[in-house]
Amino acid sequence: MLSLIPVLGALDVTALVRALPGNVSQGLIWGLMSIGVYITYKILNFADLTVDGTLATGGAVTVMLILAGYPPVVAVFMAFLAGMTAGFITGVLHTVFGIPDILAGILTQIALYSINLNITGGRANQAVSVDQFNLFVSLRYISKTILVTGLITAAVIAALYWFFGTEMGFTIRATGCNPNMSRAQGINTSRAKVIALIFSNGLVGFAGGILAQYQGNCDVNMGRGAIVIGLASVIIGEVIGEAIFGNKLNFAARLLFVSVGSIIYYIVISFVCWLGLPSIDLKLFSAIVVAVFLAVPYLKGKSKNSYRRAAKGGAR
Amino acid sequence: MLELIDVHKTFNLGTINEKKALNGVDLQLEEGDFVTVIGGNGAGKSTVLNAIAGVWPIDSGRILIDAEDVTGFPEHKRAAVLGRVFQDPMTGTTATMEIQENLALAARRGKRRGLSWGITKKERKEYKELLAKLDLGLEDRMTSKVGLLSGGQRQALTLLMATLKKPKLLLLDEHTAALDPKTAAKVLELSEQMITEHNLTAMMVTHNMRDAIVHGNRLIMMNEGRVILDIRGEEKKKLTVEDLLKKFEEVSGEEFASDKALLG
Repeated sequence: MLSLIPVLGALDVTALVRALPGNVSQGLIWGLMSIGVYITYKILNFADLTVDGTLATGGAVTVMLILAGYPPVVAVFMAFLAGMTAGFITGVLHTVFGIPDILAGILTQIALYSINLNITGGRANQAVSVDQFNLFVSLRYISKTILVTGLITAAVIAALYWFFGTEMGFTIRATGCNPNMSRAQGINTSRAKVIALIFSNGLVGFAGGILAQYQGNCDVNMGRGAIVIGLASVIIGEVIGEAIFGNKLNFAARLLFVSVGSIIYYIVISFVCWLGLPSIDLKLFSAIVVAVFLAVPYLKGKSKNSYRRAAKGGAR
Repeated sequence: MLELIDVHKTFNLGTINEKKALNGVDLQLEEGDFVTVIGGNGAGKSTVLNAIAGVWPIDSGRILIDAEDVTGFPEHKRAAVLGRVFQDPMTGTTATMEIQENLALAARRGKRRGLSWGITKKERKEYKELLAKLDLGLEDRMTSKVGLLSGGQRQALTLLMATLKKPKLLLLDEHTAALDPKTAAKVLELSEQMITEHNLTAMMVTHNMRDAIVHGNRLIMMNEGRVILDIRGEEKKKLTVEDLLKKFEEVSGEEFASDKALLG
């Protein structure tokens, strides 16, 4: 760390500022995916690892359809449907075949790796150029990307706000919190789980389609670690949202803060890269960030309620 | 109203933990019956309620509710005609949802849940009035998350949810056992009031013999997965705790697996 100090002086601050719009657009795209993760992780209480595969599936479907001459809008819609199918499969593995949630997600994720390679014709990546096709986002046109993904995010949040206020949305919220009570109130909890997984993965597939257009290609590894980025966004967003608004945070605002969390995540990543963190260490850094954010609330609770404290006679 | 015919259930069949929980239960409830269920630990009281609710499928026998055979129905399907309150106040409600949202969930028991609003304006008004009747001040906290309520408040809310849509059968599974004596008495009184008001058919499992005698028009005692005693009407009114203990010894040929705590 000490060796960094002389380096800091030599760093170009304007480079950091110049990277900001790019971070925001990237954060917004991954924010869409993270909202998908929020549905399973926070509402359904289901750690769904399918998303690592689904994101790449969405990218692959989108790029291949655009290359085949379909309009990008149709392509991302198909990416949405492909994601929904992946979620459905994880849901069936879990509810019909009794496979534990994490394992069901991993199985689908691994299966998707092969499926994704099949979609891309056996190639690890496929390029789609913004010069040849009328893509609706691209890292070459950052302000347009921010505008488009910003509007999409707003529409997604509005749609989810509506959906989780409906009777069907209620069944998913109740199932996530208390499945026994839900069944006693006549809710088919298996169905509720499958529906939530379908919509969550649909959204992740859709985000994959947007991301592939943004970066100008799809890659079979583009989803690796997506769940970690999703969790990071969810947790960072929650911590910041609650710090600002406390318990007054309503559902729509919570979703908005997931997106904000994702943007902050990419700003932080850009910052540590700027400080000189080699890009090969980025995933290690991401994992540490998520581990810390998950551990802090637990340790904070424990510090108020620990044996060591009790041994000291409960000194405040 | 309710008919159990030779119901059997064994848990962990073929393992070292094998337990014959229900061993041929036969029971018939008439419309309007309020049956209290007593018995020692492991007698099968809660198991009978869970069998009726369909928490798991039974091994053999039939379960009929209002002449309809529900033996093959999963739990969420049977819920349409059942109201349930559990021993643990945490289990009957959804902590992360608002009080009014919990009621709205209960109001849709047995209905298809589609894309209309999960709770309507009209419902909010109704719930406010119903909550006011509980006299716990919950009507002013309609949008509070249920997780913020005390055990007694949650149990009262669960009771209201269980009876919101008149159930064919109300199942109370030691629903006052986890509450302090004062709150327990209040919740029990509330239960009695709701059963009378809506003329419900109900089964109440209790560890407290005095409660079992005072409440309801019928009392059954269970032992080793069977109904061993069924007392109703005038005969039940004259019962005392001592009678019950004596009867238990007569019928089962052993001493009631109990201590003074059971006397209440």
